[in-house]
Amino acid sequence: MHAFTHLTSRTVVLADANIDTDRIIPARFLTTTTRDGLGKQLFADWRYDANGAPRADFALNQPTAAGCQVLVAGRNFGCGSSREHAPWALMDHGFRAVISTEIADIFRSNALKNGLLPVLVPEAVSAWLMQHPGVEVTLDVAARTLALPDGRQVSFPLEAFAQHCLLEGVDELGYLLARAAQIEAYERRA
Amino acid sequence: MSAAPQTLFDKVWQQHEVSAESASAPAVLYIDLHLIHEVTSPQAFSVLRQRGLKVHRPERTLATMDHSTPTHSAQVFGGAPIAIDSAARQVAALEKNCAEFGVELLALRHAQRGIVHVIGPELGLSQPGQTIVCGDSHTSTHGALGALAFGIGTTEVGHVLATQCLLQRKPKAFALNVEGALAPGVTAKDLILAIVGTIGVDGGTGHVLEYRGMTIRALDMEERMTVCNMSIEAGARAGMIAPDETTYAYLAGRPRAPQGAAWERALSAWRALPSDAGAHFERTVDIEAAAIEPMITYGTNPGMVIPIGGQIPARPGDAAFARALTYMGLTPGQPIKDQKVNVVFLGSCTNARLSDLRQAAALLRGRHIARGLKMLVVPGSQQVKREAETEGLDRVFLEAGAEWRESGCSMCLGMNGDLVARGEYAVSTSNRNFEGRQGAGARTLLASPLTAAASAVTGRVTDPRELM
Repeated sequence: MHAFTHLTSRTVVLADANIDTDRIIPARFLTTTTRDGLGKQLFADWRYDANGAPRADFALNQPTAAGCQVLVAGRNFGCGSSREHAPWALMDHGFRAVISTEIADIFRSNALKNGLLPVLVPEAVSAWLMQHPGVEVTLDVAARTLALPDGRQVSFPLEAFAQHCLLEGVDELGYLLARAAQIEAYERRA
Repeated sequence: MSAAPQTLFDKVWQQHEVSAESASAPAVLYIDLHLIHEVTSPQAFSVLRQRGLKVHRPERTLATMDHSTPTHSAQVFGGAPIAIDSAARQVAALEKNCAEFGVELLALRHAQRGIVHVIGPELGLSQPGQTIVCGDSHTSTHGALGALAFGIGTTEVGHVLATQCLLQRKPKAFALNVEGALAPGVTAKDLILAIVGTIGVDGGTGHVLEYRGMTIRALDMEERMTVCNMSIEAGARAGMIAPDETTYAYLAGRPRAPQGAAWERALSAWRALPSDAGAHFERTVDIEAAAIEPMITYGTNPGMVIPIGGQIPARPGDAAFARALTYMGLTPGQPIKDQKVNVVFLGSCTNARLSDLRQAAALLRGRHIARGLKMLVVPGSQQVKREAETEGLDRVFLEAGAEWRESGCSMCLGMNGDLVARGEYAVSTSNRNFEGRQGAGARTLLASPLTAAASAVTGRVTDPRELM
């Protein structure tokens, strides 16, 4: 994983609530044995028509969406299946953060493990971002803040351990492997 | 040890803490049983290979194949190639990974293969008080036995393979008290759909649900599995039901359940698991079972659900709601009853156990499915299939005009090519009605096996009580 300290990017907005992981990447694209190249199937049934042509009215297909690394989404983003292909597809497309008022538990966990930053904001902040698609925002992982273009600094929750992993670019597996003796002691007493 | 009263969830959590959580670090939680399948494990094995790691406890790991596998007998047993090349590669990758890392695999032609959440309980592997994980969100199913069971992503599959542990923050406890008797024709599926409709698709986020009360106590094990299965559809981390005599009677004598003296020891530990009187739940919701009718979804998430006699609701000004109804081809105020149905799917980890097949078969016996309708019956496991065939249920389905397939996830998510065509309506006993879930443009109506069977007979959404 790469270290994640700051990110400044314009936003893309998908305002729907309850955007599920089947919507993020439909199940028929999960017959893969790698994690690469899933970006082209991101939001596939929403982004392309039945003939595979991009739908002009879909936010990610707008010229202004090119290069945007921050997705602003409606409440309960990432609900449904546990497929890690969802954050893999978002990251392969170029996203590095998702801002919402609520993010589903398994998606949030999967996102953090891949360096995709889940950013929970109050309703009013989310509403403002939805009314102003394409604005440039800055995320500061060390300060746990989202800076809006009008100068507002919005704090977001990020637990210390996840923050450490992001800032240092380390994954959790190393931490668990370093606890082998403790784990084996548990196994002996259990 | 704290003397404070504990919930079932508190007890299972505490018993599995290798180290407790602190302000700076999550808990290290030990995992008793790790179930893996072909779709969410290959990238985890790749990480083990890259880092030169072994599977820490292969004896606590069981693999099967279910998600992308064919349900046509010719492709499972007849030597015909698996029709989807990428699915065939996933099956081959799981075989190779299990052989290389010493993990037991119930492979494509194995007599005990099936949907991962059907075979765990069926084999007696899933037991009260365990921690159980799988790279699949419907792992919540195993909570029916009093286990703490939850879905994980592929990175975490790698963590469990390598260390038998996960780093976890402790979720909150949420009590769902259900009292009263379910009316005839109203099933466990209707109960859980009503619960998801009541608390919402994110009502359980950050929580572990405990289903409690006399209604839950009166459910048999397979009904309890249906309820716990859909905990994730309310956003919950897991769903649990305290073990009781129903649980022990279900487990006794199963091939991988403890036997003899080990059974007696296990039983005494299991009897200490139910929540203590006065245990604290962060949230409590009461549900009245007698008020529940057969339920059916009309929208694009499982919380968009109404009684079968109801009408599609209106939400003026809600653009996402309007878009969902456009996707479904339904309009506010329209009764859901008599909506034309093209496909009926009886299957999935929610409703493909023997009791589900029996209920549907009882309604279909001596009847025929509607002209032009396609009905797929996909047993939850090869064992369920054999047991159903011993009872002659396969004949009932075939004589009614349905297809009788080999076990697997099948049309629940359409990975194996069992798909609903664009624009078609499917009454499905599965768990998700998300856009595109059963195929691009497919329109899913989630319901019970009884409602599915009744709707198959008439070709329209039908209240099963009219045919019972």
